[in-house]
Amino acid sequence: MAIVNLQNVTYKYPLTSSPALRDVSLQIDEGEFVALVGANGAGKSTLCYTLAGFVPHFFKGELTGTVEVAGIETHASMLNEWVMNVGLAFQNPFNQISGAKYTVFEEVAFGLENIGVPRDEMISRVEAAMKLTDISDLAERSPYSLSGGQQQRVALTSILVMQPKILVLDEPTSQMDPIGTREVFGVIRKMAEQGMTVILVEHKVEWIAQFADRVIALKDGQVLLEGIPGEVLTAPILEESGFGISRYTSVARKAQELSLWKKDKLPVTLDEAVEGFDSLLPQGEGTGMRAK
Amino acid sequence: MKIEISNLHFTYPTGVNALQGISLTIESGEQVAIVGQNGSGKTTLVKHLNGLLRPTSGMVQVGGWNTKDHSVAKLARRVGYVFQNPDEQLFSKNVGTEVAFGPRNMGLNGDQVQSLVKDALMMTELSDKTETNPYDLSATWRKMVALASVISMDTDIVVFDEPTTGQDAMNIARIANVIKTLRGRGKTVITITHDIDFCAENFTRVIALSQGKILLDGKANDVLGQDEILAVTYVEPPQLTRLGKRLGFRNIVRTQDEFLKELRRLV
Repeated sequence: MAIVNLQNVTYKYPLTSSPALRDVSLQIDEGEFVALVGANGAGKSTLCYTLAGFVPHFFKGELTGTVEVAGIETHASMLNEWVMNVGLAFQNPFNQISGAKYTVFEEVAFGLENIGVPRDEMISRVEAAMKLTDISDLAERSPYSLSGGQQQRVALTSILVMQPKILVLDEPTSQMDPIGTREVFGVIRKMAEQGMTVILVEHKVEWIAQFADRVIALKDGQVLLEGIPGEVLTAPILEESGFGISRYTSVARKAQELSLWKKDKLPVTLDEAVEGFDSLLPQGEGTGMRAK
Repeated sequence: MKIEISNLHFTYPTGVNALQGISLTIESGEQVAIVGQNGSGKTTLVKHLNGLLRPTSGMVQVGGWNTKDHSVAKLARRVGYVFQNPDEQLFSKNVGTEVAFGPRNMGLNGDQVQSLVKDALMMTELSDKTETNPYDLSATWRKMVALASVISMDTDIVVFDEPTTGQDAMNIARIANVIKTLRGRGKTVITITHDIDFCAENFTRVIALSQGKILLDGKANDVLGQDEILAVTYVEPPQLTRLGKRLGFRNIVRTQDEFLKELRRLV
C-alpha cells in the first residue's frame, strides 16, 4: 500500500521565479527502500522537505498538487502532525541541531521531550538509539564540538529515536570516511528490515545498488527516470543529467565500445564488474592469483 | 617552491596529539593528495603550511621560510588555502569583490588585481556571475567562488581541503579541470580528500595519514594498491584498482585508461 502519494506537485520557494519541483507524481509503498538521485539543483532536498512537511509549512512558498504522506494531506494539516510519521535527517547536520541543548544526550532527547514521552521511556529510548548508531561515548559532549561525521550521526540518531514510520535521509554520510559510511548504512539497512519506509538521497552509487528497492532520478525538478537500481543507475541519460555514475559502469561502457564487455547489462557494483570481465579472461591466464 | 617538514609534532591545547613526527618534502610543482580517516591529522597538517598552526616541535619550511618566523599574512602570498566549507571563507557582497579581496590585500595595483580576478573567474567558470552575491548562488557555485578567491592570489602552492564534498559529478569535473590548469602552470597542488576515486584520477603522489603519522607516502599507484595497509586508516582503494585486483591484474591500475590497457593485454 502506498504510504507516500504525490500527484502533480509543483513548488516554488518564496522570492524565486522558477519552481524547484515541477509536476512531480510518485507513489512509495510502505516498507519500500527508495533512493533519490540527481545532480545538484535537481530538487532532491526540496522533495525531502516536501515529504517531511517542511515544504510548504516551514518554507512557505507556493505548492500546487496533492501531497499525502501516511494518511495526512499537506494542505489540510499543520507541521506538528507530521513529526510523528516522518523523520528527516538534514543534509547539513549543523542546520538540524537544535542549538538549545548542551550535550548530545539532551539533543537526542529533544524530539521526545517535545512530544511528552515519559522520562524513563525517554532515557531508555535515547540510550538504545545512541547505541545503535555507536555514539554512546559522545553522550556528554556538546553537539557543536563534534566533527562533521559525528554531527551527522547525532542528527540521524535524533531522528531514529522518534521511531518514525518513514525515514527521509538527505545524504546522511556525506561527511564520513568509508568506515563511517559502512556503519551508517548498516543501521539504515536494519531500519529497513524492521519495516520502516526509507527514502534516501545519496551520491554513493554502490551503496544504492546494494540496498535500494527502487531508484528515482530527478532532473530540473522533474522525475527523469524510475526503476530498479541496475537499470536506472546505468542509464545514459542519468549520466548526461550530471549525476556521477559508478566507475564500474563507465569503464564497462567504454569496454563495450571496444568489444571488451559482452553482457547486455552494465555493472554498477564491484561484483557485477568482476563477473562480467572475468568471463573474458582466459582461465589460468596471468598470475593465477585471483583474489577472492 | 619547496616544502620541507621535519619531525613535526603538534598538540592542541586540549591535549590531543594531532601530529606525531611528520617528515616529508614536497618539490615544486608536485600534485599531492592526502588521505586518511577522520581525525588522522590531515587538516592539522596542512594548516601548518600557511601558519594557521605553528609546530609544537619540529620545523616547517616553505620556500626556505621557517613558518615560525613569518606571519600568516606573509605566508598567504606563498600558500593559498581553500576551506572545506565555503561558507567559512566568503563574506563579500558580490563574487567580483570576493575574488579581488585577496590580491587587493596583497597590495597589488588595480590593473594587476583586475587581470588576476579575470583569470581566476575564467578558470572556475564564474565569469558571468561577477555581480552576484555569493550567498545567492547554489552550494556548488559557492564552492567555485571559494576556489576562485584563493586562485586569484596566484600563490605557488595551493591547498584544497575536501574540495569534492557535497559536489555533483559535473562540479567535480570542473574542480578537476582547475587542478589540471594549476598543474600546467607549475603550481604545487595539495589536496585533502576522502574521495579516493577523485584522488586516483587527479594526483600522482599520495600520502596516507593515520593517527598523526605517515602510514604511506609514494607514487599514487604504489600507495593506492596497498589495500591492507590503507585499511588501517579506513581508506579503500579506488574502484578500478579494486576491480583490477579482483581480476588478477599483475599491475596496479588506477584510471580508466590504465584499466583498459591492462584488460586488452590479457584478453
